[in-house]
Amino acid sequence: MALLNMVQAINQALGDEMARDDRVVLLGEDVGRDGGVFRVTEGLLDRFGAERVLDTPLSESGIVGAAIGMAAYGLRPVAEIQFMGFAYSAFEQLYAHASRLRSRSRGRFTCPLVVRTPYGGGIKAPELHEESTEALFCQNSGLKVVVPSGPYHAKGLLLAALRDPDPVLFLEPTRLYRLLREEVPEGDYTLELGRARLARPGSAVTVIAWGSMLERVLKSVGNYDAEVIDLLTLNPFDVEAVLGSVKKTGRVVIVHEAARTCGFGAEIAATVAEEAMLHLRAPILRVTAPDVPVPLAKLMDRYLPTPEQIQAALDEVLQY
Amino acid sequence: MSEEILASFEVRRLGILDETGKADEALMPLLSDAEIWHMYQSMVLARTFDERAVALQREGRLGTYPPIMGQEAAQVGSALALSPADWVFPSFREMGVHLTLGYPAAQLFQYWAGDERGQKSPERLNIFPFCVAVGSQIPHAVGAALAVRYRRDPVAVVAYFGDGATSKGDFHEGLNMAGVFRLPVVFICQNNQWAISVPLKAQTATVSLAQKAIAYGFEGIQVDGNDPFAVYRATRQALDKARAGAGPTFIECLTYRMADHTTADDAGRYRSPEEVAVWRARDPILRLERFMALRGLWSEQAGVEAKARSTETIDAAVQEMEAIPPPAAAELFEATVATLSRRQAGQMKGR
Repeated sequence: MALLNMVQAINQALGDEMARDDRVVLLGEDVGRDGGVFRVTEGLLDRFGAERVLDTPLSESGIVGAAIGMAAYGLRPVAEIQFMGFAYSAFEQLYAHASRLRSRSRGRFTCPLVVRTPYGGGIKAPELHEESTEALFCQNSGLKVVVPSGPYHAKGLLLAALRDPDPVLFLEPTRLYRLLREEVPEGDYTLELGRARLARPGSAVTVIAWGSMLERVLKSVGNYDAEVIDLLTLNPFDVEAVLGSVKKTGRVVIVHEAARTCGFGAEIAATVAEEAMLHLRAPILRVTAPDVPVPLAKLMDRYLPTPEQIQAALDEVLQY
Repeated sequence: MSEEILASFEVRRLGILDETGKADEALMPLLSDAEIWHMYQSMVLARTFDERAVALQREGRLGTYPPIMGQEAAQVGSALALSPADWVFPSFREMGVHLTLGYPAAQLFQYWAGDERGQKSPERLNIFPFCVAVGSQIPHAVGAALAVRYRRDPVAVVAYFGDGATSKGDFHEGLNMAGVFRLPVVFICQNNQWAISVPLKAQTATVSLAQKAIAYGFEGIQVDGNDPFAVYRATRQALDKARAGAGPTFIECLTYRMADHTTADDAGRYRSPEEVAVWRARDPILRLERFMALRGLWSEQAGVEAKARSTETIDAAVQEMEAIPPPAAAELFEATVATLSRRQAGQMKGR
């Protein structure tokens, strides 16, 4: 096993799957010659040629729209949107088409498409380069939303996404791209979509996080008897894993870097309230960004949830 | 330093059949009498379907419906140039294309009655579901053309849309990408001159829509959209070019929406009866009848018989549609995703 960062793990997953399945084709801005602005697709153009690694015009709606046509035709396109904040111009394609094609055609056409995009703050980039609006895409029943939190899971989840018969939005936490290194098996392995994982066992409180916040949560809970659940897939999310842990601990803290109102934490909190209310010993707390636009670098530390805020929430629920 | 002309352009306009029914023999496509009759019968079928759909809507037996009346030449003429293996990406006003390609009329009625199962294209055809979000199907056609080229399949891809779609971003993104990659795709714009209440001159500042293609690096041609021979010829040439790997073509079929935008619209609020009367006189079916009469292929009696055949077909399709049981509640979940999530599976059971 090699020690890889997330960029390398994703690159390996893409290269392995392209070698295994000639239906897999990459398209996006700067994904070919440049290897992607984060170098996630580095080397793939040389290895697989320009027919399978397409440098497209600057055209987010066109990229996702074209990928839908390719998928319906029988290919397995992987579209890269350079930053999540630019996926908004492809939102109609994702919402009105990718997630509904199977339904609208009553199964005659399907859309096995993966849209990869880096997301999240803390990289000192210009505006719209640090968005975390995953919840926008989750109220979209035909679109799976997957968020790895480290290299091992990134590879296994991406391989599963590439083989999924329906469209998947694959959010890559930009801040963690090169921050974490993990042992990543060289061979083929998949991690089931829709399954959370137990990132850390505990018994006094359940902390639920995903993607970019997972690393921060794990750093914050050292002195607590906290069970940490890494959702990995947001849509559909692993209701059973969440409820199972909550029923054991009776306390819940949800951490996400998106703004609070209508963030994905709201869905989790509502589900816990509906289905495990009588097991709760404390209010469900959310640690999130405030309800303001994502700021530029100088204010990012005041925007993203901090270890202190996470610990304060833990202290509060543990008082009950 | 000097100033020079970097580029200039011209736009071709193709018309073969004039309003009196006289054809330019030099441009006339090679069609046998039987093929011309098939073209005529297909246009009559499209008109008959359309009249019935509007009537059924008025009786509460269909939902909101967008009439195709006046656009039969653009739809039938182009569809006759296609082969069943070609991939078609329609907007929502192409029922004449569907019918000409052999899509079951009962399914078209079923869809407009509010049953999505009508959108399930038969396996022998590759027709995408109707696209209601204007212009957003154009990139899908471009993607399919990328796949066709990658697979080296001997098929072409056609996207249909209207004049309003040419103002959308996806039109630009799609045509631009098609030009950059020189893809085997034909863009067929039915310019019916009205996007609900917005007339063509308020939709674009250019003298034609066809010329927009020039900015994407490929040919755009305007054809008389009420002339089925011109539409057929232009489509045929564009498809041959696509299949030969010579890149995309944009065909603007200049036609007219003789009816309201939909059955929920009242075009009398925004356009004059005089304008409509001018275009009613240019009815594509009348024009083809005049041509066929001059050739001795058509008579009043033959026209009545053609209409009767179409009426019989449509009667049977309506009967078939109305005999289909309404979708069961489980259809809400059927075919939405390959595997329902546990939450969806619970909701399907009413939890």
